[in-house]
Amino acid sequence: MRTEGEEDEKGLRKEEIAARFSGKRGGGTSSGVPFPQTRPAQVSGRGKHTVPFNRKHLLGLEDLAAEEITTILDTADTFKEISERPIKKVPALRGKTIANVFYENSTRTRISFELAEKRLSADTVSFSKTGSSVSKGETLRDTVENIRAMKVDMVVMRHGSSGAHRFLANFLDASIVNAGDGQHEHPTQGLLDMMTMRQHLGALDGKNVTIIGDIMHSRVARSNIWGLTKVGAKVTVCGPSTMMPAEIERLGEGGVTIEYDIRKAIAGADAINILRIQLERQKARLFPSMREYFEVFGVTPEVLASAPEHCIVMHPGPMNRGVEIAQEIADGDRAVILEQVTNGVAVRMAVLFLVAGGSFDSGTPE
Amino acid sequence: MIDWKDKREFWIAGAKIADPEAERLRVGSVCVQKGRITEIVWQKSVETDLPVLDAERFVLAPGFVDLHAHLREPGYEERETIETGSAAAAAGGYTSIVCMANTNPAIDDPSVVEYISCRAQQIGRCRVYVAGALTKGRLGEIINEYFHLKRAGVVALSDDGAYVTNSQVMRSALEYANLHALPVISHCEDAFLSSASQMNEGYTSTRLGLKGAPAAAEEIAVSRDCMLAQLTGARLHVAHVSTAGAVELVRKAKKKGARITAEATPHHLTLDDRLLDGYDTNLKVNPPLRGVKDVEALRAGLLDGTIDCIATDHAPHSEIDKDVEFDEAPAGMIGLETAFAQLHTELVAKGVIDLLDLVKLMTVKPAATLALPGGRIAREGPADLVLLDPAEEWTFEKRFIRSRSKNTPLVGARFTGRVQGVFLEGKWQSAV
Repeated sequence: MRTEGEEDEKGLRKEEIAARFSGKRGGGTSSGVPFPQTRPAQVSGRGKHTVPFNRKHLLGLEDLAAEEITTILDTADTFKEISERPIKKVPALRGKTIANVFYENSTRTRISFELAEKRLSADTVSFSKTGSSVSKGETLRDTVENIRAMKVDMVVMRHGSSGAHRFLANFLDASIVNAGDGQHEHPTQGLLDMMTMRQHLGALDGKNVTIIGDIMHSRVARSNIWGLTKVGAKVTVCGPSTMMPAEIERLGEGGVTIEYDIRKAIAGADAINILRIQLERQKARLFPSMREYFEVFGVTPEVLASAPEHCIVMHPGPMNRGVEIAQEIADGDRAVILEQVTNGVAVRMAVLFLVAGGSFDSGTPE
Repeated sequence: MIDWKDKREFWIAGAKIADPEAERLRVGSVCVQKGRITEIVWQKSVETDLPVLDAERFVLAPGFVDLHAHLREPGYEERETIETGSAAAAAGGYTSIVCMANTNPAIDDPSVVEYISCRAQQIGRCRVYVAGALTKGRLGEIINEYFHLKRAGVVALSDDGAYVTNSQVMRSALEYANLHALPVISHCEDAFLSSASQMNEGYTSTRLGLKGAPAAAEEIAVSRDCMLAQLTGARLHVAHVSTAGAVELVRKAKKKGARITAEATPHHLTLDDRLLDGYDTNLKVNPPLRGVKDVEALRAGLLDGTIDCIATDHAPHSEIDKDVEFDEAPAGMIGLETAFAQLHTELVAKGVIDLLDLVKLMTVKPAATLALPGGRIAREGPADLVLLDPAEEWTFEKRFIRSRSKNTPLVGARFTGRVQGVFLEGKWQSAV
């Protein structure tokens, strides 16, 4: 439960938040700890006031209001600077314990969360499907009840079943951060994509974003659609009709546009987000061959010529070079794929920080 | 209420009698002696030396008949047994139920039929009729010994839970069932098209990131079986119709003169796929809850007679099996104990159909569908009766559940109308 005082703290302007993290004491004197007191680069161009974020969990972007998304992105912008420091650590989550529970293989998301947690000084334990009790047939509920019994404050979970987080939220008192659930949501990916777009394009209201690939099985696509449409961006989805889910045009605020011709789909795009195509979809007969996929939906220099000059190219990774994205594009100057990875850490720091709520008091450095 | 447990001869006086043969409810009194109805008089009170049950507040109807219940015994006794299933049926106002063949072993051998029939008679809380499996082990490959199964007492044949994928096998099954005058109940689902599906395909499945089964998966299967029913002239009963297209296919096949009947479940008639929003595994059923338009089409099908009757598809699953991630959970919900209250609340109290129509859909119509006795209030007929209070407002609570499994999304639901209890051969079993 949050108190009113904590509410105020949540309502801090981001400059103030940054000041707390840079170790500035109430009196304005330097703390003497080796945190530079510089303000992080201001990149968002959004309003100065940030609305409070009062959620215990981050389960998905569908549930969030535009203002809450903006709060997370603004906070992430301020956190980005921490990773640029020689000593990349602030005490915001000191004393908090976070369990990273990964039921699906993940390299970058897991490392990104772990780095975010460590940079916020949280204590972390990690747990993955192999070599854990999961392989002994324990239920999700029991596994997490055990984690709960060990008094963990937050659970970051990736799970192959859509809705697994909602299932957990029914009986877990810890905060839950969704690191991807089945084919449903991957909210921190959606947020880091938005953060990257905002850095390059400014405010996202009215911007055109095209998502290309296997929309049906993509949690990244869904989180992007909800997040982007909420802040006023227009989303077009493009991919094989066999991987276009039913009534996708109704998804998100105001819906999305379907365009099967990739050149038309990216013609007015400010950003394109290319999804990973999985080999197992070919086995499921959803497309005939990688070769043909590349011919029709692969993003090549020739295809990208249809997009405006300023259009950025994104990919949530891991990439299949030569399948959904040509080598020249992946390594080209319009690709912001590694920036996405960098921003991922900042976004996850922001999410963990905001979801932890009211942790400032213990977070002031000595 | 008086304890009627041990009374063998008595009058039920002044009830509104829902006689499915009649045009409307009429106040009357019924005399029960030695398990049979010995007299019906259309008056409020009677002069008699026998004990009199004053039923003025209540509606008296024939005991309900369910064509589609999974009793899980033998093989899955942790979910349901013949005993708990019979108790659940009685609590829901049912005096006759048909149990499905997907037990372990499957009901593909006379010995299993005999076992179930004997157990049900020993328990004596509900008449249990048995559907035999259509194919050996319900694998859709080799047709069973229908003659032997019929001699053992099966009233229908079904591989329910599985569709007979091979059309030649289904044709043979229909032809051979016809020879033995047994109706075939088909679970219509193109399993390739619905493979790994978790719910109905549509906007909600896209939102929730759950794999959907398109309506076409059901409709392709209904279509084929309607064609085979026409080809063979066999009696086909389509189980748990759930889509608007399937209703239309059955309607057309009936017009062409095929010997087809169809059932709909209380859940498909009252719930739709938008409810899956919270990933409640108790709402995961097969066929899945469909869209609002499908629900409307099912109701239209009830009104015009395309849907012949209501059947519960009572499908118990243990809490352990259901308390998991959505895509790990088995499909099915229990329904015997809530069917009447749910349908009375959603269809009768809201003016879609009247009470007598609902009673017909739960008694005489299902009985006629599989040519079962029962479903009537008739002199010299068995005193299988249900006492209903259509005005009672109540909340369904988990502790009321008599089924061994508690997998229903209706816990906490407010209902109008409640089953008070049943008389099975004149023997009272209270439901409240």
